[in-house]
Amino acid sequence: MNPERSPNLIMRLLDSDAGYKFRSSPVTVVAGLVFVLMIGAALLAPVIAPFDPFDKGSIDLMNSLLPPAWNSGGDPAFLLGTDNQGRDLFSTILYGTRTSVFVGAVSVSLAVVAGLFLGLLAGYFGGLVDAIIMRIVDIQMTFPAIMVALLIDGVTRSFLSRDQHDELAVFVIILAMALSIWPQVARTVRASAMVEKSREYVMAAQVIGRGPWLIMARHILPNVMGPVLVIATINLGVAILGEATLSFLGLGIPAGEPSLGTLIRIGNDFIFSGERWMLIYPGLTLALLVLSVNLLGDWLRDVLDPKSR
Amino acid sequence: MPNIRLSSVFLASALALSPAASGAETLRFASQGDIGSMDPYVVEEVFTSGFLGNIYEGLVRRAPDLSIQPALAESWELLSPTHWRFHLRKDVTFHDGTPFNADDVIYSADRVRAGASDFKNRLPSDAKVVAVDDYTVDFITTEPNPILHYTWANWYIMNRDWAEANGVGDADKAASEESYATLHENGTGPFQLVSRAPGVKTTLSRYDGWWGEGSVPTNVTEVEYTPVPNAATRVAALLSGQLDVVFPVPVQDIARVEAAPSGKIEAGPEVRTMYLTMNQWRDTLPGSGLEGKNPLKDRRVREAMYRAIDLETIHARILRGRATPAALMVAPGVNGYSDSFKRYEYDPDRSKELLAEAGYPDGFTFTFQCSNNMYVNDEAICLAVSNMLAKVGIDAKANVQAKAQYLEAILSPNMDFGLAMLGTTPASLDSHIALYSLHMCPRADENSAVWAPDDLAKIVAGKSNFAGYCNPEIDRLANEILIETDEDKRNALINEAWTITTDDVAYIPLHQSWGAWGVREGVGVEVRADNIFDWRYVTVAE
Repeated sequence: MNPERSPNLIMRLLDSDAGYKFRSSPVTVVAGLVFVLMIGAALLAPVIAPFDPFDKGSIDLMNSLLPPAWNSGGDPAFLLGTDNQGRDLFSTILYGTRTSVFVGAVSVSLAVVAGLFLGLLAGYFGGLVDAIIMRIVDIQMTFPAIMVALLIDGVTRSFLSRDQHDELAVFVIILAMALSIWPQVARTVRASAMVEKSREYVMAAQVIGRGPWLIMARHILPNVMGPVLVIATINLGVAILGEATLSFLGLGIPAGEPSLGTLIRIGNDFIFSGERWMLIYPGLTLALLVLSVNLLGDWLRDVLDPKSR
Repeated sequence: MPNIRLSSVFLASALALSPAASGAETLRFASQGDIGSMDPYVVEEVFTSGFLGNIYEGLVRRAPDLSIQPALAESWELLSPTHWRFHLRKDVTFHDGTPFNADDVIYSADRVRAGASDFKNRLPSDAKVVAVDDYTVDFITTEPNPILHYTWANWYIMNRDWAEANGVGDADKAASEESYATLHENGTGPFQLVSRAPGVKTTLSRYDGWWGEGSVPTNVTEVEYTPVPNAATRVAALLSGQLDVVFPVPVQDIARVEAAPSGKIEAGPEVRTMYLTMNQWRDTLPGSGLEGKNPLKDRRVREAMYRAIDLETIHARILRGRATPAALMVAPGVNGYSDSFKRYEYDPDRSKELLAEAGYPDGFTFTFQCSNNMYVNDEAICLAVSNMLAKVGIDAKANVQAKAQYLEAILSPNMDFGLAMLGTTPASLDSHIALYSLHMCPRADENSAVWAPDDLAKIVAGKSNFAGYCNPEIDRLANEILIETDEDKRNALINEAWTITTDDVAYIPLHQSWGAWGVREGVGVEVRADNIFDWRYVTVAE
């Protein structure tokens, strides 16, 4: 096939360098498909899911602990079976994935914005600005992500009332995850910015009298986006896992609301008693989601990192 | 099927073992949460006071069949209906070696009624305690009380010299004011504290100078207690032989433990009644957003809540039949229990009618406080109740927390709940204490408000009545029951009181669960109906 003649955008994308790397790696293709499928299912949860797990009145305890539909004793209405409250596991997983993806996407976006801004400042100006920002980054990187998240959760609990905390639970997790991710972005951006600022094109821009903000935004930013994109993708997986971990510990999404972590925590209580579907399917969903995100991150790194070419 | 109660055969064979001959036997056990405090007057909670009962002792104690046995008192007599005489045991020493005498009883009687003690109802505030001589103590009450000592099995005696030397003041619930007694102990019991890391591990060893040496079967010399909040982890640790005793085993894992060659289940009905408490005294129902309104003050709304809960399904699905549905706030086996009381039938349609009559056809919202590591399947029951209430339009927002945070939210002084799930074990195994603590009006005197913030320290009657249920008729009956010495008349009064409280829908009783203890093969325990784990009856075979 001739690259110049490709009729539409998708074909052109597939024919590009990145597209070639994508096509030539079956693992990446599968990961991409799984990722698109899961994100699609999560976004369309209200349309696809046969039940609404937020509607407490629709949950019937009589339906509790049903095995998946294909097992004996299963009910076709509940494809993956039900949990100990009688919630449809399939619907709850869909909504839980939605929460996970939402938390992941928003927290990574926040972290990227903050990391880009502070990293550019540190890298471009250097000196005292650099020292202050990078010491904050250093200090923060000594805390594991989960510890930062626990800290934020504890602090917000102390000044928010319980109802407020429940309502804001998702945003507390987002804040916590964003806070634990931004230092990595800032560090990478700073390093790239330091390299770029001594390049001729930046000096040229300085010579013609462009201000530092414009130079950072117009000239340096586009050239540091590559590594940031890779870090962002990998951290999407980290943020999704972080949300699940917090909910698993009972600190994230309020009990009774759908979340993969909460489902896994409940399923964990039934690990000895034979109702294994309550642990397996939410766990599998989480694993697949994070794995596909990570594989896509690897592909992006291969494409964007000139050294690995 | 599990062994319901331990046979006397086991007891006999265990007694034959010589504790001294069998080296160091360690009992490693785990439960859901940690004990609240080492101070025996700070929090009245079954697990904490039961744990401390192995370290401290009262004048009396309960045998495995819950009958009253002499402990630090050898015998007692009633000189007149208001005058009790207790003869103390003479060969008793505290763990620091100080001999025990009447002065310690007087100190304990003062301290248990002072400050923020959670055990104030053990002894009337106007009762006089007099040391006749070093080993004789008189209790003189203003009103006769034939069951005065029934609740004393967990009123533990503390040592005056030790307390004063270490600056131990009054009991205080606030964690910020930790006294020496919160982390140290000086009891007279068979076990003494070696080390304690709150929330992590507590280690104890046998106290060699214990007066009761040889009178009980135990051969345990070391005890390691670890709180393990996750039930699956607890069961796994038992099955892999890392623990000797775990409690509770969640109902879904009982079959697994029974099938395992290394484990067994010891189970029996509990005397603890699980119930839902409804906030009937706050002017604004917590979490409702109804400024100045509390729907739960209306009896019809309380009945609507009661009828909306399908207990049979909870019983079958969550508790897997291992519980006894309850219509009363006391269990079978407690004096004054009667099976003539029946639960309000599950009837969501009637429930909706009642809500409409009361002016809430669209229901209302409130905070439902739940624990996740205090009772058998507590989180699952809570969420199920919340879902069932949603079916009649009531939005009970479940807030599931661990024991410490949960208790802080619902106990005095916060009492921040619309609905909460709790359990009650009457310490005297008599209905009176359930009426007295849970149903009497929680106020300092007749003219003050319920749970008035300034009176919190003065409230003794109704001290656990966080619902703020208040009916003068019950106050009158409870006082009459206390002093009535004729048993038939007394039981008639108790029955009358239960009739009123169930008609008022003061609480929603749920069930008595069947406690299930997971025990490693080769370890002998006595399961008690009040769920207290008495190490005096534990034997460990190597």
